[in-house]
Amino acid sequence: MERKSVSSMVQTREKANAFSRFLFSSSLWFSVGFVALFILATLLSLFAFSLPAIKHNGWNIFFGQEWHPDAGIFGGLPFLAGTFLTSVLAILISLPFSMALAIFLGEYQPEGVLSSLLKTAVKLLAGIPSVIYGMWGLFVLVPLIQKWQISLASFGVVPLGVGILTAALVLAVMILPYSTSLAYEVIQLVPRDLKEAALSLGSPRYKVIQKIILPYASSGILAGQVLAFGRALGETMAVTMVIGNMNQIPTSLFAAGNTIASVIANEYAESTGLHTTSLSELGLLLLLFTIVFSFIGQKIIKALSMEK
Amino acid sequence: MDTTKTHLKTNLIKDKVFFSVVLVLSVVVVIPLVWIIGYIFFRGISGFSPFLFVRDQNQGGILNALVGTLLITGIATLMATPIGIMTGIYLAEYKNRFSSFLRTIVELIQSIPSIVMGLLAYIWFVVPLRSFSALSGSIALALIMIPVVVKNTEENLRLIPSILKEAAYALGAPKHEVIFKILIPCSLSGITTGVLVGISRILGETAPLLFTAFGARILHANVLKPMETLPTLIFKYATSPVDEWISVAWATALVLTVTVLLINLVSTVIVKRWKVKL
Repeated sequence: MERKSVSSMVQTREKANAFSRFLFSSSLWFSVGFVALFILATLLSLFAFSLPAIKHNGWNIFFGQEWHPDAGIFGGLPFLAGTFLTSVLAILISLPFSMALAIFLGEYQPEGVLSSLLKTAVKLLAGIPSVIYGMWGLFVLVPLIQKWQISLASFGVVPLGVGILTAALVLAVMILPYSTSLAYEVIQLVPRDLKEAALSLGSPRYKVIQKIILPYASSGILAGQVLAFGRALGETMAVTMVIGNMNQIPTSLFAAGNTIASVIANEYAESTGLHTTSLSELGLLLLLFTIVFSFIGQKIIKALSMEK
Repeated sequence: MDTTKTHLKTNLIKDKVFFSVVLVLSVVVVIPLVWIIGYIFFRGISGFSPFLFVRDQNQGGILNALVGTLLITGIATLMATPIGIMTGIYLAEYKNRFSSFLRTIVELIQSIPSIVMGLLAYIWFVVPLRSFSALSGSIALALIMIPVVVKNTEENLRLIPSILKEAAYALGAPKHEVIFKILIPCSLSGITTGVLVGISRILGETAPLLFTAFGARILHANVLKPMETLPTLIFKYATSPVDEWISVAWATALVLTVTVLLINLVSTVIVKRWKVKL
């Protein structure tokens, strides 16, 4: 009698065990499967959805210079140009600051009051929502740039305030945390004996940084910039609010323009038919660009960790 | 002898110049932060009114957007957290070719612009249902949140000493029990942090909501209908020509920024303070 109850207890316990194991593994595989198939599903569904536009537009989405949804003309060049121009400019503007910050946090003062203050500042910058940056850009930066443009009016500058340069400035602040955090970690990884060898030969610290630390950390710094560039490509709200939203190829730094992300944000909700699918096609292109840049950045990081 | 001296001197000067340039450029970074936060405080406080949180947009408040943000991010968190945690567990606990492939995929998902996630939610849920809806907004936000939770969970699970796991395995515990009774309780603070960071990330997301949750000026709780959120309200009001709306946008921006930054700070404190002592 007693033995029977014990064995039945074991049995129920095993049953419960098997059940929870089943629950665990099924939820695990559901989640893992979802994540693993996600990129493929994304690419496929965007491709399938924008298929009518892909057929209709052909190469026009890359090289067409006119965007007239009402006439069924969907040339994507203005947006491609705007996207890459603002992102490249943003990287160039933020580069000296992110490098200085990385050198300061990685080499001069890895610890201390000032460096923890700077680290918190960078973290908070990364946390501020994009739309808040956009609002700040719109109400603070745009009037400032307008004033500057008025002083340049004799050179034929139209004082719009909004435009490519304004967007690039806001973007530069937004991507700074991304390029900085990787760079200063890599700078901290530079072996001590290399630095000490150079110092003991009598080279001053700035030369150690220029000739030893930066070359050693260069690939990590590059990876950080590539990842930050990928971020800049897809950044939407802040850019939408300060770029001026003109569907034209920007002819100067002060010209209004549009990026892929900003034209989607502006026009998607009100679009129909081919307009919607053409915007989706632009979204697919944006997705492909960011995936490529993220992949390159990851490859560089991986090669880096293999070396060490 | 003289040349060495001048050489040394120029080196010293160059060294100092280099350091000051680095220092100045680094400290300059604080300026935009202080500027943005200060300006938002300054304009936001003057835009505050006592009925901001109790009236909907038609009556000059933001109550409907507040409820919308709570509902949409809440549902997104409920969807993203289990998937994120389970995938994080897989990455931390299983080491094979598939898991390294999975890690690459997670990194790639993290790099997808949020607006593309909005397009996906549109294609998957707005087109079949033929209506903008709060639920499709939640889905877009959940997609953005998943990789954040995955990365944080994985990192925190890796910090747990293997002795604990080995002890449990030695007692004959099956893998799922080790994970649920040892790993997850021990890294609860880390996982909570991951979820909090994810929430703070999606709280401010605007772009994907513009054509999924879309917006509605009245208060309602039907997740299958369009709904306003705080960030989309800021965008619409800030770009509008109406002065009253712009000052409401500033007040809303203050509420949103303070919330997001507070969650960020709280999550750092949790990591530091609320660690399981081993």
